[in-house]
Amino acid sequence: MQWEWSIDGWIVLAGVLSACSCALVGNFLVLRKLSLMGDAISHAVLPGLAIAFLISHSRAAGPMFIGAVIVGVLTAFLTQVITRHGKVEHGAAMGVVFSILFALGLVLIRQAADHVDLDPGCVLYGDILAVGLDAFEGTFPKTVVNLILVMAANLLFVGLFYKELRICAFDPDLATSRGIPANVMHYALMIMVAVTTVANFEAVGSILVIAMLIVPAVTAHLLTDRLGVMILLSLIAAAMSAIFGHIVAMFGPGWLGFDATVNTSAMMAVIAGVLLLLTVLLSPEHGVFGRAYHRLVLSTRIIAQDALGWLYRRSEAGQPVVALTELETVIGRTLRARFALRRLRQRGLVYASAGNDLRLTDKGRIEAERLVGSHRLWESYLAEHFALDTDHLHEPAHRMEHFITPELREDLQADVPDATTDPHGKPIPSTPRDDD
Amino acid sequence: MRSSAPSADTNKHADPFATMILTRRDVSAIAEDHDAASPLSIHDMTVAYHRKPVLWDIDYAAPAGKLVGIVGPNGAGKSTLLKACLDLIPRASGSVRFHGEPYRVRRREVGYVPQRESVDWDFPARALDVVAMGCYGRIPWCWPVRRKDREAARDALSRVGMADYATRQISKLSGGQQQRVFLARALVQDARTYLMDEPFAGVDAATEAAIVTLLRTLRDNGKTVLVVHHDLQTVPEYFDHVVLLNMRIVAAGPTAEIFNESNLQKTYGGRLTLLDKAAHVVAREGRR
Repeated sequence: MQWEWSIDGWIVLAGVLSACSCALVGNFLVLRKLSLMGDAISHAVLPGLAIAFLISHSRAAGPMFIGAVIVGVLTAFLTQVITRHGKVEHGAAMGVVFSILFALGLVLIRQAADHVDLDPGCVLYGDILAVGLDAFEGTFPKTVVNLILVMAANLLFVGLFYKELRICAFDPDLATSRGIPANVMHYALMIMVAVTTVANFEAVGSILVIAMLIVPAVTAHLLTDRLGVMILLSLIAAAMSAIFGHIVAMFGPGWLGFDATVNTSAMMAVIAGVLLLLTVLLSPEHGVFGRAYHRLVLSTRIIAQDALGWLYRRSEAGQPVVALTELETVIGRTLRARFALRRLRQRGLVYASAGNDLRLTDKGRIEAERLVGSHRLWESYLAEHFALDTDHLHEPAHRMEHFITPELREDLQADVPDATTDPHGKPIPSTPRDDD
Repeated sequence: MRSSAPSADTNKHADPFATMILTRRDVSAIAEDHDAASPLSIHDMTVAYHRKPVLWDIDYAAPAGKLVGIVGPNGAGKSTLLKACLDLIPRASGSVRFHGEPYRVRRREVGYVPQRESVDWDFPARALDVVAMGCYGRIPWCWPVRRKDREAARDALSRVGMADYATRQISKLSGGQQQRVFLARALVQDARTYLMDEPFAGVDAATEAAIVTLLRTLRDNGKTVLVVHHDLQTVPEYFDHVVLLNMRIVAAGPTAEIFNESNLQKTYGGRLTLLDKAAHVVAREGRR
């Protein structure tokens, strides 16, 4: 397979425009928990296409488009009506409406297809590869022009009504009570979804439309806490899906040793899914790996602090130098424990002699005093406020000492101001100054 | 007061539209039943869900510059009462006036605090963004949020003691902090009358105290605040006036006068079985 800019360039451009226009309105569907509305509308428009065809007796874009959009908005409207008057949950109402309309569409399209060719498969997969062939010398392919118009309409819609869309998505009752009628915005959004869905059918098919309405927005939602950023990220994710989708569709089978290509628009949707999966795994805050890494860092820190505290207590008991093997009976010999110990030595908190004898450095002693001080303050605090026996104080304090911030420590000190020794009679080291 | 039809109109009785005219006059006569001085006056309001009445014949005029608690058992229609006043759900009958005018005219003078659970707190927004939404009613359509609106939002946040949390993601706030954000959002609306739906639900003691102080400050500045409230214990301490609601108004007036055992018994001692039966009949007949 050869990359031809004059063909593949148009295909990628069409894919990017299509994916981005879907992702743009998709953000608000996801936030309003209407994710499947795109799915419903894209199925339900089928009778609209068929009726428009039966009336106009042509596959002319105009009537088909209008018919589809009308039925698309009708889907949203009927869903609302059934939810309100049928005492049915919203998802069920949506399922009822779109499945029946879709079935009606199939009946009608069979009827129509007997007379003229109208390919139901084309609705599913679209015909993105034809985009490039449509291009004349130096002119834009018609599909690309259409997609640019849809993209511009979507940008204008979201740009102009950003504030209104935001408040209606977050708190429709407040919006309505402030004079921004949430139901009007709802139907405006539904019209835009219907227009976008229908306009993108021809280019990329309904599979990609449904995927792009939901997946990039969900991906972006995982990555940010701000609406503007979310919209921007969803556009980036959509564009990346389109670009890499086409590249992988063309060359992917070749990389695996097959002499073929796969469907471009389907591959674009697959790539969007892959991006979402990567986000779930890698997102710094919510991601699986991010959280695992955070836990690893925390547990290593706790082991290191346990080692420091133990060395301090031994030196308090008159044994400032301790053999490594002895420490290992406390913190274990796991990889994590050894790594924690190495970090302590690297940071100059613990000194290890050639014979593997360990002692605290001066810096290490300050750190350990802070830790043991927190531990004993917490014990004093527990003894003061909780009905706990003296021998039940150590364990909770041992867990808590790793999490006592300087701020919390001040509060503790204020709470038990007279405590110079802990409930066991051990001295509480005074708060060390923060040198670092 | 309902005025009688002027005598000049009596000769129009032959007119086929006369009944219609009379009906219209009747409506305007009803409108005169509203006390124009009252910040919120409700006349003969009935609200139904699926044709089944949930609020019956509500007649009420809120006193100006008071803290009013709306109290009643679960399902008494407390939230429905607020929403119906704000045109958020349709009224089967009756009318509502804010300072003598319909809500759509007085919109900017009325602030609304919905229940905290009514929104999705995972929404991508910071505390300041949510508070600024209180200004959206003042900003023309399609205009972005202006700097002075953000300033107002920041002020409101510091009035509820949340200045340090302006850029905090709303899902990372505690329940009490989220409630304060909602109150701040109502404050930037800068209204004369506030309707609040359970602002004390699920908040910590510190937040509850802060909210009470805030409500008293609002009242002392001449605002009228109507609060749906759940905790009977605190009613006498918090509210000057109280509305006891259970599908109909059982009693309304100064707390000291009507917040007594017999009225509470009437409010909480089960629904009026007759009203319940009547509601079912209305719903059943209406569906035919």
